Amino acid sequence: MRYAMLICVEEKRLQAMTADESAAVTAKYTTFMEEMGQRGVIQGGERLRDVSDATTVRVRDGEVLTSDGPFAETKEQIGGYFIVDCKDLDEAVEIASKIPGAAHGTIEVRPIWEM
Amino acid sequence: MTADVAAAFRDEWSRVVATLIRATGDWELAEECAQDAFALAVERWARDGVPGRPGAWLTTVARNRATDRLRRSAVGGSKVEEAARMWEPGEERSDPDYSGIDDDRLRLMFTCCHPALSIEAQVALTLRTLAGLTTHEIARAFLVPEATMAQRLVRAKRKIRNAGIPYRVPPAHVLVDRTEGVLAVVYLLFNEGYSATAGDDLVRVGLTAEAIRLGRLLAQLMPDEPEALGVLALMILHESRRPARVDGEGDLVLLEQQDRSLWDPGLVEEGTRVLDAAVRLRKPGPYQIQAAIAACHATAADPALTDWVEIAALYAELSRMVPSPVVELNRAVAVAMAEGLEVGLRQVDALGESGRLSGYHLLHATRADLLRRLDRPAEAAFEYRAALDLAGTEVERRYLARRLDECRGAS
Repeated sequence: MRYAMLICVEEKRLQAMTADESAAVTAKYTTFMEEMGQRGVIQGGERLRDVSDATTVRVRDGEVLTSDGPFAETKEQIGGYFIVDCKDLDEAVEIASKIPGAAHGTIEVRPIWEM
Repeated sequence: MTADVAAAFRDEWSRVVATLIRATGDWELAEECAQDAFALAVERWARDGVPGRPGAWLTTVARNRATDRLRRSAVGGSKVEEAARMWEPGEERSDPDYSGIDDDRLRLMFTCCHPALSIEAQVALTLRTLAGLTTHEIARAFLVPEATMAQRLVRAKRKIRNAGIPYRVPPAHVLVDRTEGVLAVVYLLFNEGYSATAGDDLVRVGLTAEAIRLGRLLAQLMPDEPEALGVLALMILHESRRPARVDGEGDLVLLEQQDRSLWDPGLVEEGTRVLDAAVRLRKPGPYQIQAAIAACHATAADPALTDWVEIAALYAELSRMVPSPVVELNRAVAVAMAEGLEVGLRQVDALGESGRLSGYHLLHATRADLLRRLDRPAEAAFEYRAALDLAGTEVERRYLARRLDECRGAS
């Protein structure tokens, strides 16, 4: 089964970090990636820039409407994601719980709609 | 339904459904084929008599039906192959996560109670697939429209499939947590039925029997799990008092006033026996402690003989395991009975001042009760009034109103 793991964290929290703290977070992600790399379960994943850099696009009546900012204003924002291929939801939950962001933010585990 | 089929239905439904789900991975198909098999049984058994092993008969019929249906719907050869292979024993044993417990009904139970499902869905699925209740019955038991319940079941099954919820007993490292979830669903079912009273819908009241049936199954499948035995003992001991809980007018009768000759001695004996078996495993847990408290009450021939010192100690232990202001309130009552009403009242007051139980009618009802026993009727009346303003069920309100009248008469 493949799952998207959406990492929802408070951007403000990350922005307020000192350089050392940021480096520590990066190190945790590196460790996580190494462990999961050995297990061969990660198919992809990226960190996303802040929602202040996001652009929202809609097409209404043939017109392209763009606006600044995210799709929805929420307390937590999607800061990154992984695409994971593993046995079942139990394994997916176990992997999600090891994503460093889970310790302060929320990981949304979404099964991929295989076409 | 004839009595024979009804009995087989009770005993075999979950086994047949559980086997079919494991083999086909398709919950809808499993239920439909099980239903077909039972329908055929009604017809055949009336004519030919009940077979020697009704369970095996039902499973074979349901299995053949499933194989046929899968063959017919098979797009390519792979599905047919799958259908042929699916009755071989699972490959689970070679799985490093294999729990060591090999029973389809237990797999079914853990899957129904998977924490990725809402608690409402867990309860509904358990009743449908393990207890064999119809959607109509489950809807009535939970006081929701049948269409709502049907949708809840469909959604839950869809999530199991789409989200990849595994059909298995969880591996050892999460087994304790997951078992807790299963036991919580069973006990919730029991309480739904227990809080219903004689005047209520019989389907609702019948939930206690379903919960006990599931509890027995769990205890049988996990004989080394003390809390499974604990919750079973607790349910049986509560159930033993059911006939005495409500009087002829449908009014609530408190433990102290209950006619103990109405308690079911067979259930009391069974409950204490199950509890003893749990305790011998030497791994105490909240259900065992609660069952031990229930046993203290159940084995006291007279309210005056209740071992309140032991009960207070058990509540202290429970409070340590699962800290909760409600447990502390119960402990205060036991302390009042064991060490003196004033001591208990001070503990209740301290709890009240902490604000952790504000808005909880039993805080006021408990305080009222202690004040009444202390012969302070005016203060008691004030507290009964406060409890009445907050009280939940109609039966509770009638009880409190009666007490309020008594205290007003006395003050």
